[in-house]
Amino acid sequence: SVRLLKMATSASSKLNKAVKQQYMALPQGDMVQAMYIWIDGSGEGLRCKTRTLDSEPKTIEDLPEWNFDGSSTYQSEGSNSDMFLIPSAMFRDPFRKDPNKLVLCEVLKYNRKPAETNLRHSCKQIMSMVENNHPWFGMEQEYTLLGTDGHPFGWPSNGFPGPQGPYYCGVGADKAYGRDIVEAHYRACLYAGVKICGTNAEVMPAQWEFQVGPCEGINMGDHLWIARFILHRVCEDFGVVASFDPKPISGNWNGAGCHTNFSTKEMRDDGGLKVIEEAIERLSKRHRYHIRTYDPRGGLDNARRLTGHHETSNIDEFSAGVANRGASIRIPRSVGQDKKGYFEDRRPSANCDPYIVTEALVRTCLLKEEGEEPTDYSK
Amino acid sequence: MATSASASLSKAVKQQYMALPQGDKVQAMYIWIDGTGEGLRCKTRTLDFEPKCIEDLPEWNFDGSSTYQSEGSNSDMYLIPAAMFRDPFRKDPNKLVLCEVLKYNRKPAETNLRITCKKVMEMVEDQHPWFGMEQEYTILGTDGHPFGWPSNGFPGPQGPYYCGVGADKAYGRDIVEAHYRACLYAGVQICGTNAEVMPAQWEFQVGPCEGINMGDHLWVARFILHRVCEDFGVVASFDPKPIPGNWNGAGCHTNFSTKEMREDGGLKAIEDSIEKLGKRHRYHIRAYDPKGGLDNARRLTGHHETSNIDEFSAGVANRGASIRIPRSVGQEKRGYFEDRRPSANCDPYGVTEALIRTCLLNEEGDEPADY
Repeated sequence: SVRLLKMATSASSKLNKAVKQQYMALPQGDMVQAMYIWIDGSGEGLRCKTRTLDSEPKTIEDLPEWNFDGSSTYQSEGSNSDMFLIPSAMFRDPFRKDPNKLVLCEVLKYNRKPAETNLRHSCKQIMSMVENNHPWFGMEQEYTLLGTDGHPFGWPSNGFPGPQGPYYCGVGADKAYGRDIVEAHYRACLYAGVKICGTNAEVMPAQWEFQVGPCEGINMGDHLWIARFILHRVCEDFGVVASFDPKPISGNWNGAGCHTNFSTKEMRDDGGLKVIEEAIERLSKRHRYHIRTYDPRGGLDNARRLTGHHETSNIDEFSAGVANRGASIRIPRSVGQDKKGYFEDRRPSANCDPYIVTEALVRTCLLKEEGEEPTDYSK
Repeated sequence: MATSASASLSKAVKQQYMALPQGDKVQAMYIWIDGTGEGLRCKTRTLDFEPKCIEDLPEWNFDGSSTYQSEGSNSDMYLIPAAMFRDPFRKDPNKLVLCEVLKYNRKPAETNLRITCKKVMEMVEDQHPWFGMEQEYTILGTDGHPFGWPSNGFPGPQGPYYCGVGADKAYGRDIVEAHYRACLYAGVQICGTNAEVMPAQWEFQVGPCEGINMGDHLWVARFILHRVCEDFGVVASFDPKPIPGNWNGAGCHTNFSTKEMREDGGLKAIEDSIEKLGKRHRYHIRAYDPKGGLDNARRLTGHHETSNIDEFSAGVANRGASIRIPRSVGQEKRGYFEDRRPSANCDPYGVTEALIRTCLLNEEGDEPADY
């Protein structure tokens, strides 16, 4: 009902978009708006601010360093709060459109060391060590749409929808809640140059998934973070909120993960299944290290999701199997048949940092690390 | 909802009329600062040619008794065109014309701070003073409550809003986006925007501008903001402390440099300037809001990234100080410094003039020198 909609969507979303559109149609001459985006001190939150450039940047090197007030983003103290923004990946801006840009940045502290939640820095180093293996990733980002009241979008305000069953990949107003956001996000990502490869409605109503990949090396993290930014920004326009909480509703409702598909050139070549099985063997001996890296709270967030129910594995046990969605690692049936391909790590939480997830997979499977701590290659 | 009746008028109908060709006629909207020193006024005249430079625009006049500027018995005041911009609302070839106000006897009106600012700037032309001003503001509904805030309460505490994204973090981005584009079109030197610490609070930056241009560009940027907000049916407030308590105030941090400061070894000139500013704190506080410091007294508490109004301080990368030297400037030993004291509702002419008087003309004491 319209009244419900008024409660659940933001005041901003009711501002006149035709008026906005008239302003957005004004020509901007040679000036270009570059929106710098970074990850804040929580390791999950995204921040952004814009600067005017007097020409269109063609490559990342054309973009200047910048800085921001880290004391306002849980990243530094007020007395010494300048932090640096280092442009890392550039995309077209689907909100302001060409020639304007979205610029994903790394954050450095005042002494130019990486900020605590700048996990890209070491991921990039690790990826450069294994370039010749051509590691490919595909990540399946699940998320839940919430109203501004924090309740899942479209759910009755004082109750629950019917039980899970009809919603996964569903169609119809009683099955799919919020498809407009999904459609808008998909197009925005395609425009921006994000490697979005699919979408589907998920098992819980108001829960959706998009997939990004295949991306090689550091690109996986870059593309997924920008896809998340675009989702937050699209939801802001519609007046709803995207949540990456791994278990937004307790009880008999699915959680939200970020299943990570992984392969190397060797795994993709004939006979690669053997390499896949060796990698899984290594992963099985390092379960706790991976669980620590698969959500921003060292496993505490995932503990609410990985129960062994709702197509998850139990957080305390490692398991693997062909076509098994209750396992930590699933080998797709087609891969089992072709004896080559990739495998799916189903453990990462929806709010994981893709940089450290992809780094952990490379460390364990390609750099053959063992034990609870990552190896320090600077020594 | 807290948006105006005007905002509900049909914009499609309006658009049909705005698409009508206007032949050779040009609309010039004359803009001026009223008797409060904060409020902007505007009225339009038709010209039968497109003005190419400011000299093409005729003088005009208005009724000062309706703008807190004169008595009814002797109320004509003069509008002297001072700076011209493209009109982002009526679009080309129409213009926005920022004006100085003169009294009936052709002396400057009380709130015409541009005239002395221009003289002072001319005295230091060869030092090429550059300014950048960071204009903070709060979006309010027509009920006076911050836009997007629950009508009978408060949002969650500050923390997630600064540079935030998402419907639960950023309140009113449409206004910011529209304003940015309108300023770019108009030719205002807008160089960036960000969401601020308090929800519904935003900031845009104008600069670098040399000399008198800083005040001209900032006043026109403010006019454009009010006009954009009017279209959306909300209100932009430059009040320095719109919500008391644990909510940030709104300032207009002013970045300043001279050619000497920007060149190698310029850090010394910066430090000399800060030394002079340290001795003239009260004069600057008086110049930094339209009420001689009373407005800023509600904002400069020493909390919420402000310095205390009664104390002068300076430091590298210190947002609790009166003057902040950016870390990069401290490292490169040249650049600029940031005066964090001006209030959001300051007059940029008065602020930039004060910085020149103290730092470049070496003035001392509580009163400005009379040249």
